[in-house]
This record gives sequence, C-alpha cells and structure tokens, in this order.
Amino acid sequence: MSTQETHDHGHGDGHAHEPQSFLSKYIFPLDHKMIAMQYLFTGMAMALIGGFTVYVFRMQLAFPGAHVPGFGMVSPDRYNMLVTSHGTIMIFWVAMPVLIAALGNYLIPLMIGADDMVFPRINRLSYQIFLLSALVLISSFFVTGGAFGGAWTAYPPLSARGDYNATGLGSSLWLVAVALEFVAFLLGGINFITTAMNARAPGMKLTDIPMVVWMIVLASIMFMASVGPLVAGAIMLLFDQQLGTAFFDPNRGGDPVLWQHLFWFFGHPEVYVVLLPAMGIVAEVITTFARKKLFAYKTVLYTAAATGIIGFFVWAHHQFIAGIDPRMASLFTITTLIISVPVAEMLFVYIATLYGGSIRLTTPMLWALAFIAEFLLGGVTGIFLGAAGSDIYFHDTYFVVAHFHYTFFPIAFIATFAAITYWFPKMFGRMMDERLGKIHFWITIIAFNFIFIPLFLTGAAGDHRRIYNYQHFPEQWTPTLQNLRILATYALLVMIAAQVIFFVNFFKSLKSGPKAEKNPWKANTLEWVAPSPPPHGNFEEMPTVYRGPYEYGHPDRELDYWPQNEPA
Amino acid sequence: MMVKPLATNRSSSGMSTGKLAVWWLIASEIVIFGGVLASYLMFRLGHPEWGAAASHTNTWAGALNTMVLLTSSLSAVLAHQAAEQGDGKKAARFLYFTVLGALMFLVIKSFEWTHEIGLGFTLQSGGFWSFYYLAAGIHAAHVIAGAIIMIWVAAYAKRNEELQRVEYIGIYWHFVDIVWIFLFPLLYIAK
Repeated sequence: MSTQETHDHGHGDGHAHEPQSFLSKYIFPLDHKMIAMQYLFTGMAMALIGGFTVYVFRMQLAFPGAHVPGFGMVSPDRYNMLVTSHGTIMIFWVAMPVLIAALGNYLIPLMIGADDMVFPRINRLSYQIFLLSALVLISSFFVTGGAFGGAWTAYPPLSARGDYNATGLGSSLWLVAVALEFVAFLLGGINFITTAMNARAPGMKLTDIPMVVWMIVLASIMFMASVGPLVAGAIMLLFDQQLGTAFFDPNRGGDPVLWQHLFWFFGHPEVYVVLLPAMGIVAEVITTFARKKLFAYKTVLYTAAATGIIGFFVWAHHQFIAGIDPRMASLFTITTLIISVPVAEMLFVYIATLYGGSIRLTTPMLWALAFIAEFLLGGVTGIFLGAAGSDIYFHDTYFVVAHFHYTFFPIAFIATFAAITYWFPKMFGRMMDERLGKIHFWITIIAFNFIFIPLFLTGAAGDHRRIYNYQHFPEQWTPTLQNLRILATYALLVMIAAQVIFFVNFFKSLKSGPKAEKNPWKANTLEWVAPSPPPHGNFEEMPTVYRGPYEYGHPDRELDYWPQNEPA
Repeated sequence: MMVKPLATNRSSSGMSTGKLAVWWLIASEIVIFGGVLASYLMFRLGHPEWGAAASHTNTWAGALNTMVLLTSSLSAVLAHQAAEQGDGKKAARFLYFTVLGALMFLVIKSFEWTHEIGLGFTLQSGGFWSFYYLAAGIHAAHVIAGAIIMIWVAAYAKRNEELQRVEYIGIYWHFVDIVWIFLFPLLYIAK
C-alpha cells in the first residue's frame, strides 16, 4: 500500500493529476483544502440558521406577542427552543468548525510546508461525522415537541426529563448531535496535532511555526484535554433521559451540580479553545499589514500556553450561585482574575507590534484591529463576572449575555472575517472587493456595538436572560428599558442585513474577482509560496525553511519582507 | 488504494506519525474515563451506603476477567515482537489470540451481568449500579472496538503489510487493560 518515501524534496504533486470524479473531488475528498471548504461552507450555512433564530427571538423581545415576519407568533416553548438553538449552533456548529476545523485544515499543511494532513482519510471521516451531527441537530427541529429548549448549557434536572422540558426526543437528539460533534473534532484535533508535530518542512524549528498554527494546535490539545468529562456527562445525561438512571436527579440520590462541573470543566476551556485560533489569525494579519516583526513571538507562545493551563482552573466561576462552598468561590475568583493577565499580555504584544509599523488599512487589517478593540471590552467586562461578589448580582442577566457576546462575536465573526478576507486570494485564487469589504466592516462593527451596549445597560438594570415577555414583569417593563431592547433589535436587523454585502462580495469575487498572484500581500509564511489556489499536493516544489515567519522590514534587505523559504 | 501523502512519512518529532496519534488518542480517552471515575469517586465518598450495593458484585468473576485481559496483553506484546522481526504471519496469530482474550472477557462479563440483572440489580437500581454498568459498559465498548481493529490489523499483518500497526494496536490494548485495572478495585474490591 504505502510507498515508503525516504527523500522529501521531490515534487509534492506526485498524485495531484489523477483524474478525479465530481464525487471524489467535492463530496468525498481527501485533500485537506477541500475538506476545509466543506467545513467552511457547512459552518456558513449553520450561521444562517443561528442568525435566523436570533432574529426571531430578538423580535419577540422588542415587540412581545407580535407576529414575527417569516416565523409567526413566538410561544414560550418556541422561544426557549430558539434561544437554545442559537447558543448551541453558534458555538458548536459555527465557531468550532470555521475557526478550528476549516482554518486548521486549510492552513496547517500549507503553513508548515506539507502536501496534506498526515491522515487524510481520518480527516474525511471527521467531516462526515461532523456533517452527520449537524443533520441530527437539524432533524431535532422536526420531531414531536420540537428541538431541545433547555438552554445550551443543558442543566439538569430541566434537561434530564421530558416532562420538565417538554422536548423529550429533541433533548436526546441534541445530546447525540453534540457528542457526535465532539468525536468529529477529537479526530480532527489528533490529526492537527500530529501533523504539526511531525510533518513540518525541513528546517522549520518550533519557533519558526507561524503563530496561527501554534494556536490551533494548542486549542486542539485544550479541547482534547477538557472534553472527556463532558463526553462522559453526555452519556450519563442520555441515560437519565432514556434509560431511567438518576445520575443528576436529586430526588433519587443524584446531583444536578455534578453536570454543571462536567459541563463547565469543558465549557470554560472551550472559550479559550476558540479564542486562541482567533488570536493566531490576528497575529498573522497585523504582522503582514504593519510590515513589522511580531513584537514578542515567544511571549505570545508562553502566554497562550499559560492561558491553556490556567483555563482549566476557572470553570466554577459559572457556578457562584449554584450553592458551591464560598471558600471555593474565592479560589475560583482568584484564578479567574489571574487568567486575564496572559490574555491581556497577548493583546499588549499585538499593540506593541503595531507601534512604529507602516500600517496598511486593508479590510483584513480593519477586522484584526477591531478584534483587539472589541475583545478588550469583552475581557474588561468579564472582571465583574469573574469576581464572586459582583457576579451574584449580575448572574443570568443580560450583562452576562452582552459580556460573552463581546468575547464570542469578535472570536467567531470578527476574527473569521479577518481570516476569510486575508486568505481568500489563496483559497480561491481571486481578490475580494476592498470597497464592499470596508462597507461591510463598518456597518457590522457599528451595529454590533449598538446591539450589545444597550444590553449591558438592561442587564445592569436587572433584565433576566431567560424571560420571553417583559410585559409580565411590570418593574422591568419601563419605557427606557423597552427602548433599549428595541434599539438592540433594530441594530441586529441592520447587522444581519449587512451580511448580505458580505455574501455578495464573497460570491461575486469567487466568480469574477481579479486574479490573485501567489503572494498578493507580500507575506512571509509558506502558504504564499504555493500557487493560488494551491493544487492537490500544495507546492510546486516542497519548501525548505530558513527563518521565522515574521521577518518584515529587515535592515539588511531591500525588500521589506523575507519569505521563510528563501535561502539566505 | 490511497497513496499516502509525503506528510505521513515525515517525522519532525522523531516519533512515527502513527504512534504519536495513538498516544494522543489515549490522552483523549484518559480524560473520558477520568470524568466517569472522578464523578463516581465523588459520589462514592459522599455515599458510604454504596458499599453495601457493591458487596453484591462478584469479585471472583472480576478477578478472572482481570487475568484474561492481562494474558491477552501478553500476546499483544508477543505479536509486537514478531512484527519487529518481520514475521507478519506469526504477529497475526498472536493478535488473533488477543482477540480470543477479548471475546472471553466479554463472555464472562455477559454471564456476570445476566446473573446480576436476574437478581434485580439493573441500571436503575440506584447510584452504584448506574455507575457500575456505565463504567464497565464504556470499557466493554472499548474492548469491542479494540478487537475489531485488531482483526483488521491482523489481516494486513498476515500479508506482511503495515506491520508498524501491530505495535500501535498493542499500545491501545494495554491502555484498555489499564482502565480495567482501575475499574476492578473501584467497582468490585471496595465493598
């Protein structure tokens, strides 16, 4: 079966010209780039579903009881279903597949100078399981009772019994979908880690690896180390739902708080699992467009590793009101405040990288700069929630909602847009429209702030996040608060409308954008050595690496960049 | 048959790609079993009365199964040794012997469970029994998966192909074995 290759400098496209049928090229591909596209487009399609759900429930909050165009009346159980689906889909079926699976698949082999992932068939299997998980989740909308409505955190006892959550089958399908998705990402993650560890181009030392590759690998390791207890917990909850066990049922000797521990032991590291790849993307974009070396490569690496480790000791800050021991709450307050140090340090390094650079405000650069600003706001508001004293007041209010959207939106959308606009020429061989890109950027960013700044205010005023109609709560049904809710909904409508610009730009450029050369941004990393788009096998000649990825503006050189593969 | 990419045969870390992947796979499995066992231990420490339920488990059946699994691990090692010497046929024979051990393990387990269910100790009979069936059930699923993969590896090894995989499945099998070494005292011996 295998040809044991001992030399490494041959043409990487040895098997690139085999005739391929439509099925083997687009439906069951082995090529890492095609699998990345499958993940990307599936993630984009799921984002449309996730976006539709938020449109419906925000309309209900702004205009309670009104007919929502395109959906109809929102009943309380439908409302729960929509909120649950929004959270679940955006985190597990948009952020994870796009940031980690799509970009990891696309970038890791190209950036380390390999012709593919080390296990192409496991890679394909990973996508197929992921697709299956998405189909299971979508199918749950159509079963009796509808999709799961117990919030994306699925706390028992609400989630454990069909007679509590009224979505018996939906909640089991939800668990199955999430578990399948974890399996898909475990397979993908093992592939990423092994590929980056073993398949690097000759000459590429650990400190020559581009930051985004490091970040995706660290994120994969974190995911792998944190998801296990939740896999176990998912099986236990499924048993509780379908087989009548009582792991989480307090009436029969179980403990519902155990689920919270299992869930957040995964759930909080998960925040950093998606944060790190976003940070990596920003590092690539700002060094390229500031034409400057990354200020402190090793510092970023160590702080990312520190974030990864400390990230495992903060989970109980989600449970300050769950009756945990106050002494434990103090400990988790301290660890939570400590983790803001390495994360802040990363942002400072990026700002220091910008200092004195010759900054080019291209669309990807705008997104990267916006990431730094918006994520900073998300981080700062997190201090209030990490400290047990203030969290007891803010818990489960819209302040929390606004806070985590200020972290997750920059991660899942702003950084993703930076990545798509930055690597689009490589992925599809054509340039995107800068003017449309900038219009899309400004409308999205301004609208985003107008959604969530009002929600900080309503949350601080006591709006609880699980209420579907504030008319039932006279003390919260004041004109001021209601106007803020309406403002947030209008801003959301503007933001959703702005995404049409993105899709127009995306598909128009795909079809008729100007042809991209190999290295349109004059960047150093190896993916820019390959043709745009790279063929199966990636490189015309397998590259050898001579230096780090961020040698911009070297004093001895006439050109202001120095590709990693160029001999000295 | 698929042509392997160049990437698969590179080895920047010095360890072969397949072996590296098996170790990462095991790392991900450790946290799954870690989650189950940590949950079980927390419950067990808070519920001394679970000891009474545990006294109904059959320690001798558990001990016999421990011996069966350990023996099957021995033949996995012998298969690895044969593969190192390039004797694929012999490696395959030892792997089949390991599969036989896996089957014996499952047969003993099913007798045990049938007996216990007959006595009325089912998945729903309280916290201890829920964990007992859950933990041993997940472990048994790993035994089945390992046996199936082993048959597949042996089919290649018989033709002297992909002999490095004999070692990888062996590493995995030792892991399945070690999980049982944790389960046996926690579920059977601690009364």
